[in-house]
Amino acid sequence: MTESKERLRRTMMFVPGNNPGMVKDAGIYGADSIMFDLEDAVSMTEKDAARDLVFEALHTVDYGDAELVVRINGLDTPYYQNDIKAMVKAGIDVIRLPKTESAEMIQQLEAEVVKAEEQFNLPVGSTHLMAAIESAKGVLNAPEIAAASDRMIGIALSAEDYTTDMKTHRYKDGRELEFARNMVLHAARAAGIAAFDTVFTNMDDVDGFKRETEYIHQLGYDGKSLVNPRQIPMVNAIYAPSKKEIKDAQNVIAAIEAAHQKGSGVISMNGQMVDRPVVLRAERVMRLAKASHLVDQEGNYIEK
Amino acid sequence: MKNSLNRELPDQIMSDLNYRPFESTEIGHPEIQRTAPVVRVTTGNDKVTDDLEAVVKNNVHDGMTISFHHHFREGDFVFNRVMGIIMDLGIKDLTLAPSSLTNVMNDTVVKAINSGTVTHITSSGMRGSLGDAVSHGALKAPVIFRSHGGRARAIENGDIKIDVAFLGVPNADRLGNANGMYGDAVFGSLGYALMDAQYANKVVLLTDNLVSYPNTPASIKQTQVDYVVEVDKVGDPDKIGSGATRFTKDPKELKIAEMVNSVITNSQYFQDGFSFQTGSGGAALAVTRYLKESMVENHIKASFTLGGITSPMIDLLKEGLVDKVMDVQDFDKGAASSMADNKNQQEIDASWYADPDNKGAMVDQLDVVILSALEVDTNFNVNVMTGSDGVIRGAVGGHQDAATAKLTIICSPLVRGRNATVVKDVATVVTPGDSVDVVVTERGIAVNPKRQDLIDRFNQVPGMKLVSIADLQAEAEKIVGEPKPLEYTDRTVALVEYRDGTIIDQIKEVKD
Repeated sequence: MTESKERLRRTMMFVPGNNPGMVKDAGIYGADSIMFDLEDAVSMTEKDAARDLVFEALHTVDYGDAELVVRINGLDTPYYQNDIKAMVKAGIDVIRLPKTESAEMIQQLEAEVVKAEEQFNLPVGSTHLMAAIESAKGVLNAPEIAAASDRMIGIALSAEDYTTDMKTHRYKDGRELEFARNMVLHAARAAGIAAFDTVFTNMDDVDGFKRETEYIHQLGYDGKSLVNPRQIPMVNAIYAPSKKEIKDAQNVIAAIEAAHQKGSGVISMNGQMVDRPVVLRAERVMRLAKASHLVDQEGNYIEK
Repeated sequence: MKNSLNRELPDQIMSDLNYRPFESTEIGHPEIQRTAPVVRVTTGNDKVTDDLEAVVKNNVHDGMTISFHHHFREGDFVFNRVMGIIMDLGIKDLTLAPSSLTNVMNDTVVKAINSGTVTHITSSGMRGSLGDAVSHGALKAPVIFRSHGGRARAIENGDIKIDVAFLGVPNADRLGNANGMYGDAVFGSLGYALMDAQYANKVVLLTDNLVSYPNTPASIKQTQVDYVVEVDKVGDPDKIGSGATRFTKDPKELKIAEMVNSVITNSQYFQDGFSFQTGSGGAALAVTRYLKESMVENHIKASFTLGGITSPMIDLLKEGLVDKVMDVQDFDKGAASSMADNKNQQEIDASWYADPDNKGAMVDQLDVVILSALEVDTNFNVNVMTGSDGVIRGAVGGHQDAATAKLTIICSPLVRGRNATVVKDVATVVTPGDSVDVVVTERGIAVNPKRQDLIDRFNQVPGMKLVSIADLQAEAEKIVGEPKPLEYTDRTVALVEYRDGTIIDQIKEVKD
């Protein structure tokens, strides 16, 4: 388990919290984030069993570098508080609140998390939060939700409930999601946190999945929620930077180093000043390139 | 006594059956005398009959060796029919020497053992109630398990002397010219049965489809056949094989398959004109899917694929990615039915396929093979024969034979349920670690330290992480714990031959 606001979050893989086989193997697919689901994937009769299973798994299974997320049951359910307590105690990286519609819901969650952290003698603030936006109200309040707490690391659009709320359904071209996608993304960027796109459930429509992923990548999303591990390599391929992007990023990084060596605060490249956004983009490209095994440990591009 | 793998072997049985312990995978260049069948001379005009009882009565006698093929797989109607007649006639003390035994035959064999009709068995494998019965000591004499290549060798050199072979075919003419390609019960290649047809003293064909003379192409020839028996149905087409083998959707198996593909494509063998074989496990089969993409991407074609064939392999042939399919058996209808239309889908017999005592077998030319395993140990020895309870539930198949390929990849999940796949010591060695090069699990790739060339190569591949086989074993143990050792009695219920006829391991009676 690791924590960082700037880590890669290309893939958030849903794992039903009541499926021991999938919980055990969740770490083998190379997902950036693993999201154990205690909510929709788990029937009422299995809520306690799933919570226990995920709790034990967090203690015993080695998930490597993946960020570990749990989707708890909603505020209006009798499982909400026990879910929070158990997951905080287990040391989960991120708690994901479903059906978030207001900043107050996040603040209420934070208060519960603080209580749990104190109860289990954990450093206050160690548990991060994220919100799933699943309704018109949630979309319109996304900016406040995203900025509701310092613990927030991201917000995610959940399109199934959202389209129902909007009296429509999901179409292949995704136009019904245009506003929500942009709203959620802007809310995330304004708050400086990650934005996750919704799941794509038709495993047989590989082209549709690729099209949608390319689109949200173009918009600027950090990544996508996934229901099947087979989608992970497809997302990673789309997020892999091109050779030119890597070479450009390497030049920027070299210019930064040159400026440092000269003791200069101004970074220049080809006679032009390199400003902060360019630096940030270069750093992200290099992170993506490393994750896609396109550069070696020293950051050199690997020719095929 | 112990063999070179440190497996304890039963001295008395070894000496009674004149067996030598396994030493090495090297076959060398010995000179072998092959045997020939007895021929009852005829002009061939009296072969057709519908009286199977009479054929059995006149030809099968106490103490004989009889054989069958398993090309009908779970749709076989021939075995139970013939064995039923044999038991009804009260014939005793037979040696059963089929190419393998499928589940549909289990209950009949158990009955034949209990009635004293069958007292000896040699087979590629057995499962279910039969494996259970044998593992609990149903037979006095140990079962002899042989690979497909090993059986061919044993038939050719007379270790298996078949008195009567009962061979079901989907078509035959009145003299016995037959193939597996046309008719209702089509199964494609007759690969294993061709050995029986060539070497048995008496060859009895059973068919539900008598066609006009001369029937071509003749895989089995009239010169080999004594009787052509007409029956209602030789097999159930729906149970011989599924329509077309579909790739697994299990994400873990797909992950393993993708890793296997990465091993293949980053090896020195992945170049134009290479050859490969895939086993029948879920992940092994799925490799084809990824390999195809890599072949297209890199403009690489294969000269041949080998062994048991499935539809996806035929698709590669049709798409021009593979020049020849060298076909010893077909696992699904798509592969079985395409043989008739495709001259590049070549039927091969078990000797051509895999017999080590040969003037060259196809497996000797094989670059890459992907095989599965029930267990593999830290010496890379593989078990495909006995389960975690010590009970027989598998088959040698072509495992030992194909493992002689230049790059042998064993792929398997690290754990299955609560059982570790990578263990310190396999329950039964079927394929020696010397012929295994790489083990692929979802949690890592282990290369046999004897293949430093592959280790050096793979270490250069970005993102490919090698682990030691000991690490894999430790990780498996961390997940499932350390099982209690299996308990056996002192009785040997089976011997496993290596493909050269030495004994690689024994299987003991399980203690319940």
